[in-house]
Amino acid sequence: MHEKMNAKMEAREINFYYGAVRALKNINMSITGNTVTAIIGPSGCGKSTFIRLLNRMHELVAGSRVEGHVYLDGKDILDPTIDAVDVRRSVGMVFQKPNPFPKTIFENISYGLTVNNVRDKDYIEAKVVESLKKAALWDEVKDRLKDNALRLSGGQQQRLCIARCLAVGPEVLLFDEPCASLDPISTGKIEELMLELKKNYTIVIVTHNMQQAARVSDTTGFFLMGELIEFGKTQDIFTAPKNKQTEAYITGRFG
Amino acid sequence: MENFTKIKEKIYRGGFTALAFSSLVFLAGIILLLLKESLPLFRHVRFSDFIFGRAWYPTASVPEWGIFPLIMASFWVTLGALFICVPLGVGSALYIHEIASAQQRVFLKPLIEILASIPSVVYGFFGMVVAAPFLQKAFGLPTGLCALTASIILGIMAIPTVCSLAEDALSCVPDSFREASYAVGANRWQTLMRVVLPAAGSGVSTAIILGMSRAIGETMTVLMVAGGAAIVPRSFLQPVRPMTSTIAAEMGEAVMGSLHYNALFSIGLVLFVITLVFNMIAEMVCKRFRLKLGIDR
Repeated sequence: MHEKMNAKMEAREINFYYGAVRALKNINMSITGNTVTAIIGPSGCGKSTFIRLLNRMHELVAGSRVEGHVYLDGKDILDPTIDAVDVRRSVGMVFQKPNPFPKTIFENISYGLTVNNVRDKDYIEAKVVESLKKAALWDEVKDRLKDNALRLSGGQQQRLCIARCLAVGPEVLLFDEPCASLDPISTGKIEELMLELKKNYTIVIVTHNMQQAARVSDTTGFFLMGELIEFGKTQDIFTAPKNKQTEAYITGRFG
Repeated sequence: MENFTKIKEKIYRGGFTALAFSSLVFLAGIILLLLKESLPLFRHVRFSDFIFGRAWYPTASVPEWGIFPLIMASFWVTLGALFICVPLGVGSALYIHEIASAQQRVFLKPLIEILASIPSVVYGFFGMVVAAPFLQKAFGLPTGLCALTASIILGIMAIPTVCSLAEDALSCVPDSFREASYAVGANRWQTLMRVVLPAAGSGVSTAIILGMSRAIGETMTVLMVAGGAAIVPRSFLQPVRPMTSTIAAEMGEAVMGSLHYNALFSIGLVLFVITLVFNMIAEMVCKRFRLKLGIDR
């Protein structure tokens, strides 16, 4: 019960289906506030499916179906009476490939505000600056906010996408393999940023990179074929895994 | 044996090169023919009088060669067609690509593309028998064969072009844009209007321009339903005589090598230049679109 009290997000009895295929089997996980939770596992194990469920992005996939509950501060966000738009404002997402809009840097950040009916120009401007600063991008782009965002480098684009998320004022940030298409230096910057953001946000990250999981996360969950095999403190998982399959995966014997 | 392969390679190479360049030969031939047959006219008629002259009386005892009414007729009819094919074409593309379910999509796009396979004479027939009498009654006109009828029918004919190309443009917009939009709490309508459509904007413009060029070049339909009066139109309810139908209607009676014959070729040349410009604009816009989305050629 104590664990439940501290949980920012909590998945309970999650089963997920793509058509007849069961992609997630009976997942239970609680995510503590102001921590980084890493989700690892081989390709196709359901980790991306799981993270997308946490802000209802799974609904964009036709023919998918979910059973179970995901609580955010004790409120079930999978409840059909709750608007997915509201959920996504509280739980932001950064994707595998940086996906800025083909608009200016400024418009990219302000988009999330204007679609949520914020009209106050001064407020929007202040938010854009604040979000870029939080995403450690401000110094690099402050003189060219009117440039097309696609001119930024891959790493800058990914930080722009993080800033775009932050502008809407989320409490939880989901990262779906955010460094998969980035070079080591950009990756380092994103990881640094995550550790900084952890102070104010709760972070869940899917990653293929064991070292990354070990470096940035407090808690790690290992998925295999739709099941959560092991979930615990990152340190324990990487030094003394309880499960044979976890051990085999992190020591690189498969996956 | 090796030699034989090499020779075969050479033959293939030569053959395909010849095929590729043959269409260029046709293009050059057509342009040369157009120029050769149309230029003699301008020994007798000033170019500006030809383009801006307001009277087209090729067979009068004192013939007049002003094609301004014909140009305006083509312009009006094409403009009218745009009002039909843009909302319907782009609208159906949006529906098919963004809203329709997978099952609907499977039959909707091919079905709309069937519109393109109906012969234009059948469209003309439909215009004469159904649309014209209806409009005549609705507006109390002396004849239902007028610019409006032609616009409507041309508009319908251009729908498949616009819809199909606009749909292609929409499918070029990466799903990651949509995901990004949903992820910051935008709804479907906002995503469509503020991210997807602007991203596909130049592609959709290309679709519209090519639809226009389809409408302006169409002959049989306008010959049948536009009415055929060579006057500068003042309203959509007047009969008009676009450039294409003028050529088609009069080529049979023009004596080969006569001034009338040359004048008809000149109209063809003007038409060719207009469509060429449309297509070039479309190509330019399309290139910009690909650059904008970061798709390399």
